Amino acid sequence: MAEAAAEREWRSYGISRRSTHTIRLRSSAALAVVTVLAVLLVPPLVQLDQQAVDLAAKLRPPSWAHPFGTDDVGRDLLLRCVYGLRVSLLVGVAAALTAALIGTAVGATAGALGGWVDRGIMRLVDTVSSVPHLLLGVFIVAMFRPGVWPVVISVALTHWLSTARIVRAEVLSLRSRPYIDAAVSGGASRWRVTVRHLLPAVLPQAGLAAVLMVPHAMWHESALSFLGLGLPTHTASLGTLIQGARGSLLVGQWWPTLFPGLFIIVPTLAVAGLAGAWRERLNPRRRSELTL
Amino acid sequence: MLELRDITAGYARNAPVVRNASLTVAPGEAVGLLGPSGCGKSTLARVAALLHRPDSGTLLLDGEPVRRWRHRAPRELRTAFGVVFQQPRLSADPRLPLADLIAEPLRATGEGKAAAERLAALTTTVGLTPDLLSRRPHEVSDGQLQRACLARALALRPRWLVCDEMTAMLDASTTAALVAAVEHYRRSTGAGLLAVGHDHVLIHRWCDRTVHWKAPSS
Repeated sequence: MAEAAAEREWRSYGISRRSTHTIRLRSSAALAVVTVLAVLLVPPLVQLDQQAVDLAAKLRPPSWAHPFGTDDVGRDLLLRCVYGLRVSLLVGVAAALTAALIGTAVGATAGALGGWVDRGIMRLVDTVSSVPHLLLGVFIVAMFRPGVWPVVISVALTHWLSTARIVRAEVLSLRSRPYIDAAVSGGASRWRVTVRHLLPAVLPQAGLAAVLMVPHAMWHESALSFLGLGLPTHTASLGTLIQGARGSLLVGQWWPTLFPGLFIIVPTLAVAGLAGAWRERLNPRRRSELTL
Repeated sequence: MLELRDITAGYARNAPVVRNASLTVAPGEAVGLLGPSGCGKSTLARVAALLHRPDSGTLLLDGEPVRRWRHRAPRELRTAFGVVFQQPRLSADPRLPLADLIAEPLRATGEGKAAAERLAALTTTVGLTPDLLSRRPHEVSDGQLQRACLARALALRPRWLVCDEMTAMLDASTTAALVAAVEHYRRSTGAGLLAVGHDHVLIHRWCDRTVHWKAPSS
């Protein structure tokens, strides 16, 4: 009994002392929880119409009735921001997951097969990444009617490259380990070696890449919507909110742009903090960073 | 009969590690391969176990030349070899508990149903206690892990055993136990053995015949 407890303490030592006690991790976790709860709970629990127009109360500054103020047709900005965050987060998570899946599949194929397949795939990756990805994203999204899924496809198809590179590099370094030789000698097929030995080993890295991709994908959704190419203007997303409020910024009305902007920054910081702590656990010697 | 003829093998195109090496192992025979570090013993062992494609030379298995290596080699040929490597830490998948590690070749070749029974027999052969089987590689000692690696190599009842410095990292008693387990297996099945090492005393006592490589063959 005492032995088991001692063992548990020994195993959890690294987690409890090194990372969970940092302020950064705790505040990031709190922000992430608040964001997710707001997005999941507010729409079903609060019976308010985010599209309710009240022209008598248009462009009011923040007050008790409207904590974030109102927009140019009198819609409550707090409610619009929460609904917008909901759409942006959906796009971000869906696009990041899709990108990570494509990247992992492509990277694992290149790394596990090697040879000319690897060279061919990686030249394709280089080619795609030589095109500015916002430009490519605009091109892809312009082929469809405006909506959530074209934006997801556009962001996913331009963001799988880094995951593919990470996964390929990991697979290449693992492939020459003796335990892979032992698996080959034990009769394992290529597929079995990949699925049983290689992919489980790269999943933490691929998962980290996917998590770091979520805020990046949100930024891209906002950028595309801001350019008028992403979501239709009546769908509240953080990008469409900022785009709609552009005009009023010049006449001194700061709240319709500031609050959606903050709603982009807060989840970004939360995810960056959480992913940074995760990476420090995976690889304590390397500093964590978020690339946007 | 396992015959290596004029094998030249290496990792960079113009710098072979092994040049024109020849070696034969008859069924039931134990051949030792001795030599200094870096002379290509392990590379030859990997070639012999169909894990590394040589640049030139032929490998004859029961008179038939082998043309394909690693995944391209037919599964029956690959699994005819049981391989034990020098470093147990690197030759065990860190995510698999020892039970899965040992049973992995059985599952990979579609014999998963017989795994439990075979696992019990194998662990007794190599001297592992059942309580170790649920542990992962980082929770056992090098000696225990090497025992598990030997059990994995024996799982498919190979006709040839390739032990690449199997005992280099181990203490005397574990070495004795592992060598005894290999010899027990060979007596009961008549398998051939290629033992690579640089412990002269051990290899001379263990093997019927010993081959000495002098300097790096460059």
